[in-house]
This record gives sequence, C-alpha cells and structure tokens, in this order.
Amino acid sequence: MNQPLTVTAAQKAGPKLTAGIVVAALVALLILPLLHLLPETSALHLSAYSLTLTGKILCYAIVALALDLVWGYAGLLSLGHGLFFALGGYAMGMYLMREAAGDGLPAFMTFLSWNELPWYWAGTQHFLWALCLVVLAPGLLAFVFGFFAFRSRIKGVYFSIMTQALTFAGMLLFFRNETGFGGNNGFTNFRSILGFSITAPGTRAALFLAIVLLLAASLALGFALARSKFGRVLTALRDAENRLMFCGYDPRGYKLFVWTLSAVLCGLAGALFVPLVGIVNPSEMSPTNSIEAAVWVALGGRGTLLGPLLGAGVVNGAKSWFTVAFPEYWLFFLGALFIVVTLYLPRGILGLIKREKAQ
Amino acid sequence: MRAVPHLMLEPAFDPSGTSRDAIGLGASASQGLDVRHGTLLTLEDINVSFDGFRALRDLTLYIGVGELRCIIGPNGAGKTTLMDVITGKTRPDSGKAYFGETYDLQRMSEVEIAQAGIGRKFQKPTVFEALSVFENLELAQKADKSVWASLRAKLSGEQKDRIEEVLATIRLRDSRNRPAGLLSHGQKQFLEIGMLLVQEPQLLLLDEPVAGMTDAETEFTAELFKSLAGQHSLMVVEHDMGFVGSIADHVSVLHQGHVLAEGSLEEVQANEQVIEVYLGR
Repeated sequence: MNQPLTVTAAQKAGPKLTAGIVVAALVALLILPLLHLLPETSALHLSAYSLTLTGKILCYAIVALALDLVWGYAGLLSLGHGLFFALGGYAMGMYLMREAAGDGLPAFMTFLSWNELPWYWAGTQHFLWALCLVVLAPGLLAFVFGFFAFRSRIKGVYFSIMTQALTFAGMLLFFRNETGFGGNNGFTNFRSILGFSITAPGTRAALFLAIVLLLAASLALGFALARSKFGRVLTALRDAENRLMFCGYDPRGYKLFVWTLSAVLCGLAGALFVPLVGIVNPSEMSPTNSIEAAVWVALGGRGTLLGPLLGAGVVNGAKSWFTVAFPEYWLFFLGALFIVVTLYLPRGILGLIKREKAQ
Repeated sequence: MRAVPHLMLEPAFDPSGTSRDAIGLGASASQGLDVRHGTLLTLEDINVSFDGFRALRDLTLYIGVGELRCIIGPNGAGKTTLMDVITGKTRPDSGKAYFGETYDLQRMSEVEIAQAGIGRKFQKPTVFEALSVFENLELAQKADKSVWASLRAKLSGEQKDRIEEVLATIRLRDSRNRPAGLLSHGQKQFLEIGMLLVQEPQLLLLDEPVAGMTDAETEFTAELFKSLAGQHSLMVVEHDMGFVGSIADHVSVLHQGHVLAEGSLEEVQANEQVIEVYLGR
C-alpha cells in the first residue's frame, strides 16, 4: 500500500512473475561459472571469453543500478559514475600489481626508474587494505563532492556537467605518469589474487560468483531502499524539493547518503571488474563511458531498479555483437538507440512492457 | 461547527477548544514554543529589497496564538515576499522576525523553521505527484525527519489512524492509493492542506488556498479553516473577498510592502486609504 509507484506497478504486473524471473536469472547466472569448470572437451563447457564477457556486463549492470538510485529516484543525473567505477578498479589494481611484483616495485615504476613506492601505495600489498580503499576512494570523493555540491544547491544540468567535468579531470590526472598509476597504460599483467592464479578457471569462476552475489545484494538493497520511507523521500525530492523542505526534511542529507552509497556500489563493481578482465586504464574514466551508463539506465527504465539491469545487458550485448558483425556502425547504432529511447520510450523498456501488460 | 465568529480585533482564542475538535487535532499547540505574551509571530520593521525594488518596507505584523488572519492587497503588494520572509526563503535586509518569543527566524534555515512549526501552502498546489495520496500524507506527517529515521521508519497504528482521519477530513479517502499527480486541481489543494494538517504546525501560512476551487469546495474550506483556528494560528493570503469575509476575524491590508490598515473586514473596507488603493479600483 505504501510503496512507490514503480514497485506498486511491478506488483500489479504480477509480483510473482517478476520475482520468478529474477530468481531464475540469478540461478542461471550461478550455474554459468560451474559450466566454465567443466573440461573443455565437454559439450556444455563455457569458454573463458564468454564468462568474462558476461561478468563484465554484470559489473556494468551494477553501475546501472547504482546510477538508477541517484538518477531514477533522487533525480540527480550523474555523468561521472565511470570515475567511481574506475577508482574502485584502480584500488583493486594496486593490490594486484603488488601481488604480481612480489617484493619489488610494480613494473611500470621500474620503467620510470622510481626507487620507492609513492606514499599512497603504502599497505596495498594487503588484500584487506585494498578492499578498504575500494570503498574509501570512491566513497570519500563522492562524499566531499556531494557535500559541497548539495550545500550549494547545485542541481539539474549543472550538476550533470560538474560530474562530467570531474570524471574528465580524473582521466587527465590518471593519464599522467607522475600520478603513479601507470599513466595511459594503467595496470595490467596481473598474476595472482590471494595466491590463486588470475587466469585459472577456478579463480575466474569465483570472481564471477562474487559479481553475481554483489549484483544480487545491490538489487536487494535497492528494493529495500525503494520500499522504505527513505525511498519515498527521494522520489519526493526529485519531484518537489521545495515542498519537501517546507515539510521539514533537509534534502542535503538524503542526497548525500544516496549519492555516496551509489559511488561505493560503483567502486565495488569496478574492483571485481578489474581482476576478471585483467586490465584497468584511464579510459574507464572517459566521459563517454559515463554517458553510456546513463543510456543503459534510460533504455531500461529509470526508477525501476530492474530496468537498468536489462538496459545494461541489452546495450552491452548488442555492443559485443555489433562490434564484431559491423565494427564501423556501432556508434551509429548507439546514437540511434538513444534517440529512439528519448523520443518513443520515455519510460524505457520496462515502461513499455508494463504498458503492454496494462492494455 | 462553531457559530460564525463576531468580528473582533483580538486573537480569536477559545481556551476550551472543545468546538474545534471536529477533526481530532487535539492539543497540539506550542510544544517547546514560548508564547508567553500570546503572540505567535512577531514581525517588526521588516525591509526587503530586490535590486533596488523595495518589496517590503517597515512592515510590522503580529499574529496571535490561535488567530485566523487574512492578508489582502493588490498584486505586487508583497504578500508572497512576506511568506518567503517568514519561511526563511528570503532574508530581510533589516528588521525583527520572531516565532514565539525565542525563535529568531532570521537565524534559522528553511528546514529548521519548518521543523519549529511553521507550515506553508504554496500558491500553486505543490504535492509529490509520483507518490500516492496516502504516501504524500505519510511524508508530511510530524515525525523524526532525519535520514536515519527515514531508513527505519515504520508507520505506527496511531500514525495510520491520524492519516486516515485527515483523509476523511479532506475527502480523499477513496483516492488514497491514486498518484497525487492524477488528482484534480481542487483535490490537490485539499491534499496540500491535509499535508499541513498532519505536519501539525503551530502556524499555517496559506497562499491563495481556494484558487481553482468550486463554490462548494470553497465553502468547505472556510469551515475547515474556522475549525482549525484556536488550536493553530492561520495566516491566509487570498483575493476572494467572499472567502475572506466568511472566515476572517481580522484582516491586514498590504500595499506596496507596507501594512496599510488592520481590522475587521468591514472596518478595512470602510477605510478611505484602502478604498483608494485597492477596493475602489
């Protein structure tokens, strides 16, 4: 009775059906890594390429979900979520580089003839500290940025432009060799994680499982938030911020909370993405990446939680097929997709499905 | 419903309060609010100017506990600016603005002022369109409104009952699950009034509450406001003279950012200056 419209609508469309599909999808995703572990001769064997590709898309799906929390619910369109994703990835990458380098310096530092690690690399040989960094780096940056942006009541397109500028600045900073993160090559040539070879099928399967679990946890968290009074306050904030203030709510705290939470989710996704695909470089922070994330959310359906997952899957699935089949036309296709969504599907794929159901 | 009030200059305070319990507001007035001298809102010598335009000049206005005050005046007289000053949206250049004896409105943020007990209804009805009627009331309801509280909030039986009561009062019981965006203009007006009721403010600021309402709705609103006075103080900005006449004990006429006249509607309507600037036009 007291849920936001989106949830209510999903329930009317058949709550059991929706829940059933979600559970089935999760089960299928949990089976995939097991198929990868089968011997290569087996007919059911899943190649490393397919598993990695699926894992990659799932990481993007987490980013889409995190973006949906701030955009779909609180109305803050971030065009800089790639930055938080990359920061999480870099934090994990630092650990992987240390693990690969053993007692020495990471290879790229030797090339620069550095003799010692910069101070901020301290402790990164410990997996647990790297995990802390995965949360802290994007979390703190988002908190500080959000604190000042929301205090100054920056919203709408100005907020979007600032987040875009932020990720662009991050990219330029990380491109520099002096920054100490491998310049434009970033981090690659990882060997092991927690002592397990990074290319072993078992490691890959475990990483994939971790991604699925993170996705499931993010989805559960998203639903819990959307159904709480907190979620309704966010919706109210999106539609009539002034009214909310005169009701006695301070919007800053609400925005800051969901903004920081979203950044941390992105960081976690990035941290699992990097060991799976084996590379992280500053191009992850490029503005187009963050804009693409917004396309996933818009295509799937803002403020629906499940929609953005669908959007990330469809766009990235299409991308991997298109870039192989028609390499030159991928960007045209992406542009056309965005135009179609903006003109004809204001509520995304999920909105379309719901409308079909309603008729 | 109580009888039509005699027009009088003193705040209309009915200490028994019995006749005003029609919608179950109970004793909500003045928790932690010091109103020793019977004055809820004190505005003295308020000046506001925008780029040289003086929107309010030496405005002085007192609102008593339980009073129902109407503010009238021609367009551009500063009525909305006055509400902005009280709710902290606009900061006066000079002057004194106190809520009760102790709350200095100039030192408080908009949110703090709302939490202290001043509720506002906008000129254009503003509700949370994507949320249902019930959810709109739930959000507005008096409660701990911090982030942590909202994350764990669950409606108690008492709170639900209170929302049900208000739903009945504003005649939106059957629409409780409809998105507020689908309501008619008049229904949105009532929903916003309902949101103020559950917020339980001591002072309600209402900017043109009956604009766009049918005659029957206007009449009902007049009855509602009269039943609220006493427990709450109301400040109503309105153009509809018929409506003003049916509710007001006490009218202030604003002209060019200044209080031109105060008194009963009959008195101000008889005032030469008022006729000149406003009513006679």
